[in-house]
Amino acid sequence: MNGADPADYSDEDHGDADRSPHRSCSGSPSPSINSMCTDSDEDTCTEIVLLEQESSPSNAEPEEDFKYEVLSVKQIVQHQWHVIDEVNSVLNLPPQITRCILNHYKWDKEKLFEEYFEISPEEFFQCAHLVNPFTLPPPHVSFGSSSSLDLVQDPQNMCGICCCLSDDLRGLACGHRFCAECWKHYLASKTFSEGLGHNIACPAEGCDIVVDYVSFLILADNSEVIARYQQLITNTFVECNPLLRWCPAPSCCCAIQVSSPEARPVRCKCGHQFCFGCGENWHEPASCCLLKQWLKKCREDSETSNWIAQNTKECPKCNVTIEKDGGCNHMVCKNPNCRYDFCWVCLGSWEPHGSSWYSCNRFDEEEAKKARLAQQLYRSTMARYLHYYNRYMNHMQSGRLEHNIYAQVQAKIKAMRETMTWFEVQFLEESVEVLCQCRVTLMYSYVFAYYLRNNNQKIIFEENQRDLESATEKISECLEREITALTFQTVRQKVLDLSHYCERRRTVLLCHVREGYEKDWWDFTADPATEPVIE
Amino acid sequence: MSSLPRRIIKETQRLMQEPVPGINAIPDENNARYFHVIVTGPNDSPFEGGVFKLELFLPEDYPMSAPKVRFITKIYHPNIDRLGRICLDVLKDKWSPALQIRTILLSIQALLSAPNPDDPLANDVAELWKVNEAEAIRNAREWTQKYAVED
Repeated sequence: MNGADPADYSDEDHGDADRSPHRSCSGSPSPSINSMCTDSDEDTCTEIVLLEQESSPSNAEPEEDFKYEVLSVKQIVQHQWHVIDEVNSVLNLPPQITRCILNHYKWDKEKLFEEYFEISPEEFFQCAHLVNPFTLPPPHVSFGSSSSLDLVQDPQNMCGICCCLSDDLRGLACGHRFCAECWKHYLASKTFSEGLGHNIACPAEGCDIVVDYVSFLILADNSEVIARYQQLITNTFVECNPLLRWCPAPSCCCAIQVSSPEARPVRCKCGHQFCFGCGENWHEPASCCLLKQWLKKCREDSETSNWIAQNTKECPKCNVTIEKDGGCNHMVCKNPNCRYDFCWVCLGSWEPHGSSWYSCNRFDEEEAKKARLAQQLYRSTMARYLHYYNRYMNHMQSGRLEHNIYAQVQAKIKAMRETMTWFEVQFLEESVEVLCQCRVTLMYSYVFAYYLRNNNQKIIFEENQRDLESATEKISECLEREITALTFQTVRQKVLDLSHYCERRRTVLLCHVREGYEKDWWDFTADPATEPVIE
Repeated sequence: MSSLPRRIIKETQRLMQEPVPGINAIPDENNARYFHVIVTGPNDSPFEGGVFKLELFLPEDYPMSAPKVRFITKIYHPNIDRLGRICLDVLKDKWSPALQIRTILLSIQALLSAPNPDDPLANDVAELWKVNEAEAIRNAREWTQKYAVED
């Protein structure tokens, strides 16, 4: 059947249409991965490296042993099948079943094997919401449970969803059967309305057996729905996998695969550079966690974000921003990788609420006192915040403007002279690049400093920051004002010197911060707004 | 009416032919997807003796999505808010297309018998239900007398 013609799916689909759903578990894997089918993660990476040789990351930052690769959707899907094959070399199950199991374990092979050898097969399959494929198929079960439906007089071949008679009732291994039309509607509704991919359960009441890949393709029987499904399951795969991250650039659909999940700068094929740890623009010296706090704080100051502050909270476990759209305070995080149950009121785990949810809502005098104190502090800390914020914003804006310096300088010189030599162009280009990098580093250095408590290392850091800042201002001024066609040759040397000096100061600052992270010099405050700061 | 799915016709017929004790659901004259529902308060509950009006609507993609149900009669219940909205798992993430109007209404009736203040929708009500159940039940009885008993 499969409408899964590779031509139907562009890269944007995040789909795995290029692999036939009907390939057997013991069938030969595609040639590219055939020869290196091994168990270790590293080998998976080498395989991808071989698949994707044209993308060679070029980084301004020193990268030591950190390696990464850019993967297209097609390669992610191949990688996904490769993981399934790997696991199947042990489990030896139909690949679609293995896929469900892997998905249940969030694609963590180690965890899967651990459980596989520890618990009984019955329990193992039950946990993954599957019917044990080694037991005999169950007899035909009428849809739904008898208590809810009471339709004893209904004929065996009536679909429990539409109440139409059909000779072609279909279902999963659980034995609940529904007509083809209803399955189509059901799966379309689950994928499009609810955004579910891997976790679609049998429509029968109380049945938690999941729809596997092959069954989905057969039952959905619609290329649009299948494309959406493939997009969803690929997305889940990437999001569950700590070694993968989608490139956050708009309309880019590549993912980055790393050898170890660290907050490091990565550059996608599309040219976008970002932090693998958090997906934001590369933000050294601030850490991902500080940056997230900082960006949230900055957003809170804007008008539109008041709404976000009032209506959303972050999942206490995975930090995804959640909007409460009515209903009770029992929240279930919709992030497929998290699914945390928590209380909207106190953000604590939901579990203890079963017995005393109310205590989280009780008016607490101590709390109220704290709140009042915090409000007083707010005014004094606001000034501190603005100090850092203004400098942060200033470097951001300067950085934006300076991207144009190169063009401006070029124009100036062209006005006087016909052409610039390659040598002249080259040094200008490089200097502007250095300047822009310094701006970015300075910008994030204020985020870093905002959350830093005072100590001797902070004083050293601030001196480094000051040096870099003044050097950056000098080169900026020089590039913007002093270069004219007449002074060009003399200023050139000055710009080169300044540029080298800036680069050196920048390296010094970053190395000092890195060393501090390693040696634990930095004393961070979670939120400077809640503690008095003596500057 | 020709466009009405067989499923809805069948369910409606059955609701009329074999009504569930204590539950009465009648489709609107002009809209077969809109039901006027009456649920009587279960015995041995603070809602005993009350007659509660509800509205039930079958959305376009029913039964792929759950019916929309709301209490019209005011009710003092930890899982039902002032607008009559109901916090019930089978109306939300536990909905299955194999469930029916009948089963949903039975679940609602069961909810009246067994309020669940651990999963509250009306926080103030749930709060009292936790702290002082006797008073909460007294309130529920009062509200039942006041709003759900016709003279």
